[in-house]
Parts: sequence; structure tokens; C-alpha cells
Amino acid sequence: MSPFRSLNKMSLARREALAGYAFVVPWIIGFLIFTIGPMLASLYFSFTKYNIIDPPQWVGLANYERAFSGIWDAVRTGDSRQFGDPLFWKALQVTIYYASIALPLNLGFSFFLAVLLNQNVRGINIWRTIFFLPSIIAGVAVTLLWVRILNPRVGVLNPFLKDVIGIQNPPGWLAAPEWAVPALVIMSLWGVGSSMIIYLAGLQGVPTDLYDAAKVDGANAWQRFWNITFPMMTPVLFYNLVLGMIATFQYFTQVYVATSSSIAGLGSPQHSTLFYNIYLYQNAFRYFDMGYASTLAWILFIIVLLLTALIFRSSDAWVYYEGQLRGRNL
Amino acid sequence: MKKVLDFLRWIVVSAKGHEFLFKGITTLILASGSVLILIPFLYMISTSLKDPAQIRSDSSSLIPRKPKTAEVNGNPEPLYEVTVDRQVQEYALIKNLPNGLGQFVDPEKPDVIQELRINDQKQLYRWDIHWENYPEAINAMPFWRYLGNTLIVTFVGMAGMLFSCSLVAYGFSRFRARWLNLLFLLLLSTIMLPSQVRLIPVYILFQKLGWVDTLLPLIVPLFFANAYDVFLLRQFFMTIPLELDDAAKIDGANPLQILLYIILPQARPALVSVGIFHFLYAWNDFYEPLIFLHSRQNWTLAVGLQTFDAIYTINTHLIMAISMLMIIPPILLFFFSQKIFTQGVVFSGIKG
Repeated sequence: MSPFRSLNKMSLARREALAGYAFVVPWIIGFLIFTIGPMLASLYFSFTKYNIIDPPQWVGLANYERAFSGIWDAVRTGDSRQFGDPLFWKALQVTIYYASIALPLNLGFSFFLAVLLNQNVRGINIWRTIFFLPSIIAGVAVTLLWVRILNPRVGVLNPFLKDVIGIQNPPGWLAAPEWAVPALVIMSLWGVGSSMIIYLAGLQGVPTDLYDAAKVDGANAWQRFWNITFPMMTPVLFYNLVLGMIATFQYFTQVYVATSSSIAGLGSPQHSTLFYNIYLYQNAFRYFDMGYASTLAWILFIIVLLLTALIFRSSDAWVYYEGQLRGRNL
Repeated sequence: MKKVLDFLRWIVVSAKGHEFLFKGITTLILASGSVLILIPFLYMISTSLKDPAQIRSDSSSLIPRKPKTAEVNGNPEPLYEVTVDRQVQEYALIKNLPNGLGQFVDPEKPDVIQELRINDQKQLYRWDIHWENYPEAINAMPFWRYLGNTLIVTFVGMAGMLFSCSLVAYGFSRFRARWLNLLFLLLLSTIMLPSQVRLIPVYILFQKLGWVDTLLPLIVPLFFANAYDVFLLRQFFMTIPLELDDAAKIDGANPLQILLYIILPQARPALVSVGIFHFLYAWNDFYEPLIFLHSRQNWTLAVGLQTFDAIYTINTHLIMAISMLMIIPPILLFFFSQKIFTQGVVFSGIKG
């Protein structure tokens, strides 16, 4: 082999590499300007007092202390007023409460619907279209609609609950502190279409020969579902769980639209809908307390990171990947 | 009777019967679920066409309607369907009496008064559709301005997204280089990054550039590719046979030409899909426009509608009219591109 040739070869590989890098340059620039740079900047701001007009002022851990101080006293006495920033804890509590109801319901419901919509029944495309419809228009218009449906005085839901189902005191929904989060859960269930469609794609990707083989072995429909469909779908379940969890911590539009024009304001009534992202928005863009808002953003980031890591660790036990043997079954 | 029993036995015993039962239950659940999904839509449509008086007095009806009246002694009085002398007739209610009773008369013979229980009679309505709610709502806000802003943000952003994401997805799908895999993992990890952690410095950056309260913060970042769309496009590009590239290479095409003339034409369904997803996202997005746009003339429809609601919240009929106008374009787009959604053309990449 002549040295000339190997040089040529090397330059070919290099040229390929350079071309590859050249094509991804737009993303690298964007990553530096809009992702990694701002992340480091907000980490820095989280240690400062900063209102945009005056230059940031280094305050060390003061913002983190503000969020976490008083935690022991509050836990010891059971009195939430002991928290240095009770609203921060309220926001965490509201978000986790919503997540603990909405996530399982959404995951279960959308999976159930996807299984039904994967059956070979008449008019299946019409059913699919209807169930997916709400998720393509999610946003302000739909929230305004639901606010009116749920309105305890002039809405349509409560007369229905009262006259048709016979509930004497239908809940006040968004107007009642204990019912505001369940009302938001109902709104989110109406829009399960987007995670449903991901399950549906997954269901359609399950190889049919697995079912044929199981049929030959005499497995009934339920056994086929439980031993083939469900394990094959766990990666999709996993994907929807991680993204759903992250989305909950960023939940914003519905709450803002439903509460910002009420008299009691954002997060009303009685802070029962003060979601984490709403509280962050208030600090950043209402009070222009960019230092504390950056702290809240970093705490959010770390919580999401920890939860994601937790789900990833647990995934060994319940997520099945094709072509991979599960350790504990060996 | 025997037929019914035979039918039941067929369902319980035979495999075909099982399937029939299973499909029946499935259809039943799907149908009732569909009703639950569609009723709110019907409520939106009907409310947008209602008279404001009906929204106050008769809000739970799904039909835009108004009480049917007849003239009695020069006054319009509400009509009821009453049974008098075993005959169903249309009588007018002319006076409310205590204990839920009322004085009813035949509009033809207003002198003969019948006292009847009001709740036992069926009030008569007629359709009452107010199309003029739509022009009224449009004129009550700078609708066309908001629409224009929304279209600029949506379509210029889409162009930027398609342009940059195609380049980047091509880079990640067709070239071997030491760091590319690592960079791709980095790109994927940003899908899970909550945007709040970078939002504040980005806001400050745009403020220093003087871009806050312009449409630029909603458009410019899209020219630098995003993880989600790059991922979907890359998954699709990987399915395009490499032989096509090689053939073009032999013909002397450079990488950019291969992208333009081989990859992109092949990837049209994927490009259309991510374009549609972007449209839906940008059209409905509220969070970023709310943060970056401050003055009224710069708002997008989502922010404009929310503010319209904050000001005119009692005018439910106008709010629902604008809401209808806002959901029509996504719905139309959805119906024209149904296959992409219901058959998951692009989602196949996500599995596993």
C-alpha cells in the first residue's frame, strides 16, 4: 500500500467528518446561544439579586436559603407558615398533587383508548379522529371553553350533574380551592389524544408473528395482551411517563388562562392552582426578581433531573426492550 | 324468545360470538367516549351563535334558541304546549300566579283563561342563530392584526425550522465522525430540558438586543434547529437507502446536492409531518408570546384571545366566536392530513 493512498483515504474520512460537523453547525450555534450559555447564565443569576435594570449583585446562597429556610421548623411543627417562602412549598405541593392524579389517569386512559382504537372495528378512522381532535387545539381557546363549561353558576356541567345524575351539591370546580386541581385534571383528560397517538403507533409496531405464535400455543386474548402487548408497550409507557412528568412541571397555559382574569388572580383560589411554573413566571415577569426566578428554575431543573433519573433506574425492572434479556429472569 | 336464547348461547359459546361481543363493547365504549369529546365542541359552536340573553337565562341548552311568543292583547307572551280537554294546544302564558301556577290563554281567544301548573307544561322555543356574533367579535379586537402576527410567527418559524432541522438531521444521519454520536446524544438530552432553566437569560439577551416586544424572539431561535424535529427527520432520513447517495456521489454530487436532490425529495412525508406539528405548536403557543410580546399591536391570536377574555369576560358569545375562529384552521389542517396523525407516519421512530 503506498503512503499516498493511505493519505488520500485519511483525507476522505476527514472530509466526511468535516462535512458532518458543517451540517450540524446550526444546531451547535443554537445550543451555545440558546441552551448551554443561558443555562450557565441562569445558574450565575441564581446566586445574585437581579432586576434587569441594575447589574446583578452577588448574594451567594441567599436565594436558595429563601426557598429552603424554615423547612425543619415547618416539618417539626406541621405549620406551613414556618417556611421561609411558603409559596414555594405550596407551588411544589400543588404541582406534585396534580401530577399524582393526572399522570396515572392520563397514562392509563390513553393506553386503554389506544388499545381500543387498535381494534378492527367498524369506522375506526372516525373514532381515531374524534379522540385525537382535542389535542390539536389545546390552548387558550379550549381552556376558555372549559372555564365556561365548569362555571358553577352559568356552566353546563353542574346543571347536568344536578338534574341528570342527581348530585345535590355539585362542586364549585375552578372557583373552589379543593376542586380546582380536579377540574384541571378533567380538562387534561379531555386532551389525552397526544399520548394516545404515540401508544397507537407503538401498538401498530408490535410484530404480528408474536401473536400468531402465541395463538398456536393456545394463549387466549387476555394472555396475549398481558404477555405480548403490554411488555412490548412498556418503552412507550416509559417515554410518555418521562415526558408527562416534565410537562407537569412546566404546566402553565391552562392555569394562566383560567385564573389570571379572575379577581383573585393567578393561582387562585387561595393558591390552590399555584403551579410551580406559574410561581416562577410571577417572580420573573411580574416582580422582575430574576435572581430568585433563576433559582426556582434551577431547582425545577434539578427536581426534573432527579425524577428522570429515578424513572430511568426503575425502568430496568419494568421496561422491556426487544432483543434484551431482563437480568432478573436469568 | 328462543331466538334470543340462541343468540345468547352463540355469544357465550362460540369464538365468533366472543369476537362479536368484544367488538360490540369496544364500539360502545368508543361511541360514548366520542360523545364526551364532542359535547364541549357543540357547546362552543352553539354558544358562539347564541344571543347573550340566552346565555344568561338558558345557558345549559346546546341549541341557540329563544322562547316562541305570540301576541296577546298587544304584548308578546311566551308560548307553551298545554293539554286542554285531551287536546295538545299552543297556549300563551300571560300571568304568573303564586304556587307555580300560571294563567294560560289560547292566543286566538284571549278571553278564556286556564290556570295551569307552569312546570308541567312544555315551553316552546324556536331557533335563534346569531351569525352577527362573529363580525361583532372580530371588530371588538384587532383580529386581523393578531392573525397576521400569528401567521408570520407560524410560517416564518416553520421555514426556519425546516431549513435548519433538515441540515442538522442530514449531518447526524449520513456522516461518520468521532464526535457526532456524542453531539447527537447531547441534542437528544435537550428534549428533556425544561425550557425555564434557559428562559430568563434568553429573555435578557433579547432585551439587550432590543428584540423584546417584537416577533423576532419567537422566530429567530427556530433557525438554529431543535431536538424534537431533528430527531424525527433523522429517523426518517435513516430509512432512505444509502445506495441512492452513492449513486449520486459517483455522478459527482457534493453532500449539499445529495441533500437537496436525493434526501429531501424522498423525505417529503416526514417534512410535511414536522411542518404540520410545528404549525399546531406555533399556532396554539401561549407561553412564549405572553412573555416576549408586551404591546397590544404585537400580540398573537392566543395572547389576544386571552386578553380579550380578561376584558370582555361576560360576553361569552363573543369569546366563543373568536375561540371558534382560532380552532378552525388546526381542525381543517387536521382533516386534510389525517393519515399522518391516525397512522402515525412519523411516530414509528419513537418506539423502543
